[in-house]
Amino acid sequence: MTTTTTPPARVPEAVRALVRRVTGDEKHDPSAHSTLDTLWVLYDQVLRVDPHDPDHPDRDRFLLSKGHGPASTYAVLAAKGYFPADWLDDVASWDSRLGHHPDRTLVPGIEIGSGSLGHGLPLAVGMALGLRDRSPARVVVLVGDAELDEGSNAEAIAVAGRFGLGNLTCVVVDNHSDNLGWPGGIASRFALEGWDPAEVRTHDHPRLAAALRRTVADRPTVVVVDTSAKEATA
Amino acid sequence: MSTTTLARDMRTRFYAELDPVLGDHPHAVLVLAVIGSGYLPAPAARRPDQVIDVGIREQALVGVAGGLALAGRRPVVHTFAPFLVERAYEQVKLDLGHQDVGALLVSAGASYDVSSGGRTHQAPADVALMSALPGWTVHVPGHADEVSEVLRREAGGTGRVYVRLSSQHNAAPHPVDGRLHLVRDGGADAPLVVAVGPMLDTVLAATADLPVRVAWTATPHPLDATGLRALAGPAPALAVVEPYLEGTSARAVAAALTDRPSRVLHVGVPVEGAELRRYGTPREHAAAHGLDAAGIRRRIAELLT
Repeated sequence: MTTTTTPPARVPEAVRALVRRVTGDEKHDPSAHSTLDTLWVLYDQVLRVDPHDPDHPDRDRFLLSKGHGPASTYAVLAAKGYFPADWLDDVASWDSRLGHHPDRTLVPGIEIGSGSLGHGLPLAVGMALGLRDRSPARVVVLVGDAELDEGSNAEAIAVAGRFGLGNLTCVVVDNHSDNLGWPGGIASRFALEGWDPAEVRTHDHPRLAAALRRTVADRPTVVVVDTSAKEATA
Repeated sequence: MSTTTLARDMRTRFYAELDPVLGDHPHAVLVLAVIGSGYLPAPAARRPDQVIDVGIREQALVGVAGGLALAGRRPVVHTFAPFLVERAYEQVKLDLGHQDVGALLVSAGASYDVSSGGRTHQAPADVALMSALPGWTVHVPGHADEVSEVLRREAGGTGRVYVRLSSQHNAAPHPVDGRLHLVRDGGADAPLVVAVGPMLDTVLAATADLPVRVAWTATPHPLDATGLRALAGPAPALAVVEPYLEGTSARAVAAALTDRPSRVLHVGVPVEGAELRRYGTPREHAAAHGLDAAGIRRRIAELLT
């Protein structure tokens, strides 16, 4: 266990304020907030993307599979300039491009329409297969620990491992919301299928960034982000 | 499985076309879930970047196809109809349609082609299901040459296209151009029988001595409404004979003919017939569903009374 603690980087208050513009001042949607650290680190430090050229063929792809609670994704995209921040003020209204589940055809920077669980990882595997040897782009997909219940993920985890997709990273936001649990841990399940695993705590931004940057040439990587670790180590 | 009845049909042609088609279209990727892999040693070995077999994983089959399309590739997705359309239906809906990307889905094992395999290998509702999703074109070829025509055209396309291969086929090919073609005339006042895909020869035999006109299309969805209106006349008596779920085209036919009084008979696989609980041959299944020449003749005779 580490003892050299540097103050953990924080998601800037301005970005948190953008999240609150979506969720309302007093509401704390755990589904949205559990992903905020990861999303901020990805867009601030890891992904090679350009908000002014969101369709560049060699851009890194970020897929929000866990389409529930997209508030933090919308906030980060707005903070990075993909669309005006005032889009955040009327989410899910008739005239809004932003809904409770995102639609890729309506929002710059949103790579897939999601909401029904268990679709992002298979789509990411297809994207990684389609881009491999043709583009330097990475494909990063974010899923939740409970979302892994969906059997489609088991299919995709096996396929990605067997095809050795070095351009694919799966981020599992583990907020321990899975009803039946994952004996042996989530990372070990990916590792068994040929993925290279890492486990990090959500508030440790330097380690989170390092884990998210890491790729392995001949295999996909998985980063399990424990959102309860702060409490566990306090 | 009834491999003998599948051996020289559209499916064989499809496999034979793949190598040249993949060669002509470098963005095309064949996506398989084992079914078909055994027929493709040459393309799989020569074009590893263009042939992906995900194993027996149909959700991944269609999900991966959606990801490939999002990456700018042209997925050609193939397995048996129940596994392609029914098992992975939400993937077809969301990973292709909702993402607003295209794919060429090619099923084998139409309706009761795999009669000896039983209900698990039969999906007569496939065309109805595909037609219930936005943006799809459904081709039901009646001849192997038509399969070649569609495959060569659509492998380089961008649309959402479902192609339904069958071991039932006609003696001669016709153009797969989306249109309704008058195959046998009989005077403008004669009732019109529309045969879809491989039903044509059976319909022609069934109606050889009946005072009807026969038209044909390989594209039931979207149905050629303009062609149907022109052929049907002002007060049509019409029969639609489809080799899949009875009434699949009823909505499209009704929409095309709302402005005129019409009598319309739909002939196909009855809903309850889908659980026949018999094995046997496709010919026996056709007879049981009333889709052999004798059965079709009986039904069309009702329209003439």
